[in-house]
Amino acid sequence: MNYAIREALAAFRRAPVLTGLSSAMVGLALFVVGLFALATYNLRLALEAIEERVEVVVYLRDDARQSEIDLLLEELTAVDEVRLVSYVSKRDALERARTELPEFGELFLDADMNPLPQSLEVELRPGERSTEVVEHIAAIATGYPFVEDAQYGREWVDRLFALRRIGLVSTAVLGGAFAMVAALIIGAALRIAIFARRDEIYVMRLVGAKNGFIRRPFLLEGAIAGLAGALLAWAMTYGTYRGVYAYLFEVAWVPGAWVLMGLLAGSAFGMLSSALAIRRHLREV
Amino acid sequence: MIKLKNVSKEYPKRGHALRDVSFHVKKGEFAFLTGHSGSGKSTTLRLIHMADRPTSGEVRVSGFSSEQVTERDIWKVRRRVGFVFQDFRLLPGRTALENVAFVLEVTGTPPRVIQAKAQRLLAQVGLSPKSGAYPNELSGGEQQRVAIARALANDPYVLLADEPTGNLDDRATRGVMDLFWDINAKGMAVLMATHDLEVVRRHSTARVFELDQGALVYDSARVEGNGDAP
Repeated sequence: MNYAIREALAAFRRAPVLTGLSSAMVGLALFVVGLFALATYNLRLALEAIEERVEVVVYLRDDARQSEIDLLLEELTAVDEVRLVSYVSKRDALERARTELPEFGELFLDADMNPLPQSLEVELRPGERSTEVVEHIAAIATGYPFVEDAQYGREWVDRLFALRRIGLVSTAVLGGAFAMVAALIIGAALRIAIFARRDEIYVMRLVGAKNGFIRRPFLLEGAIAGLAGALLAWAMTYGTYRGVYAYLFEVAWVPGAWVLMGLLAGSAFGMLSSALAIRRHLREV
Repeated sequence: MIKLKNVSKEYPKRGHALRDVSFHVKKGEFAFLTGHSGSGKSTTLRLIHMADRPTSGEVRVSGFSSEQVTERDIWKVRRRVGFVFQDFRLLPGRTALENVAFVLEVTGTPPRVIQAKAQRLLAQVGLSPKSGAYPNELSGGEQQRVAIARALANDPYVLLADEPTGNLDDRATRGVMDLFWDINAKGMAVLMATHDLEVVRRHSTARVFELDQGALVYDSARVEGNGDAP
């Protein structure tokens, strides 16, 4: 192992331009993946924030009795997908309208002439805010005679979930394509580095070095080049994030686990590309 | 030591490179493999070195059979066979000493003996004073000596040489041939492929195999009746 580490490091010393270039190519390829991850992550956050607002509001008639309302509240709370059901009285609704809609202030001045209905606001658990669930809840509520209406913005919810599906598919397809392009570029870069040392591989095979022994320093070199490239990609992606945050709009940085995954993927890609590239040379003699 | 039994080699595009060749090089023997370009000399050496496998027949090298040895175990054959080329194939970025030490290192020689053994091998081929020189600072004859020292690093049983004097002038050729005889005198078999009949004539005590269009057409041991028939 001592030899493998020494030779892998020596490769960077002997041909710094070549190994530097392969790391830079790996870095640029992974930078594209990094930017895509940053965009995807922020898109996901935005969609989640919108999804948070998906709820069902059940409007109740003014003559609904408290015992009836409690019964409905109990039934709705018992639904698995429901996180919380809150009762909003006519008075609460008026208070809210006064603070949230100050331009209609005069209209809500007289508490005796309150036009707003009492209601139940049904919040759903994260990941359960689908069209089917909101329709199911609305159906339960409208089954009660004292329920005026159950609203959830059907079209809006449908569009949101269509957008989410498009987001998922494009993440998978584009992410896969970017990763594949990155893998090809990394493969090509390391092939060039290995090709430059084919004479060494030839001599090693000629004199009876074992394949594992020949392979080891190259695998290590690939892993180091991949990791260096991944670090470069991380630095460039982070720089872009800071720039966008400072000058364009507020964005969130990707989770630490994603960064770690990117660094590991860079190393793994480097090692795998080296393994594939060296296979051909090992068959030559 | 080296035994070829009814060996044929056919390449998809080139056709037959060897046809039903059989011969036996014994321990400590010095033999030439002669023939025109394309007669099958290099193919024979490649088969002995197991860089290639015969289409039919069997090659046996120091107890290993081409029919049995796997790709995984080829290194075992290679460590018993030294190989020298016409174009030396030294690593340009390493000195003469480093070229020899490299072989010792990659074949698992303990680190503490590598330097001393590499120095001794260079001394054996008469190149101690130039151990720190890079290949491009050495003459053709000197480069071939480094290549020979490298081929001896694993203490092989047999030395294969493919036109080792092809790029050398007369004086360097004589020096390299003397070196081969010295090595042979210590008990190592030498099989040298050459198309240079002048070299073969100068060393009349060696055994001679001649190939023509892939077929073995002459074996001096057979003609003289004092060697093993293949």
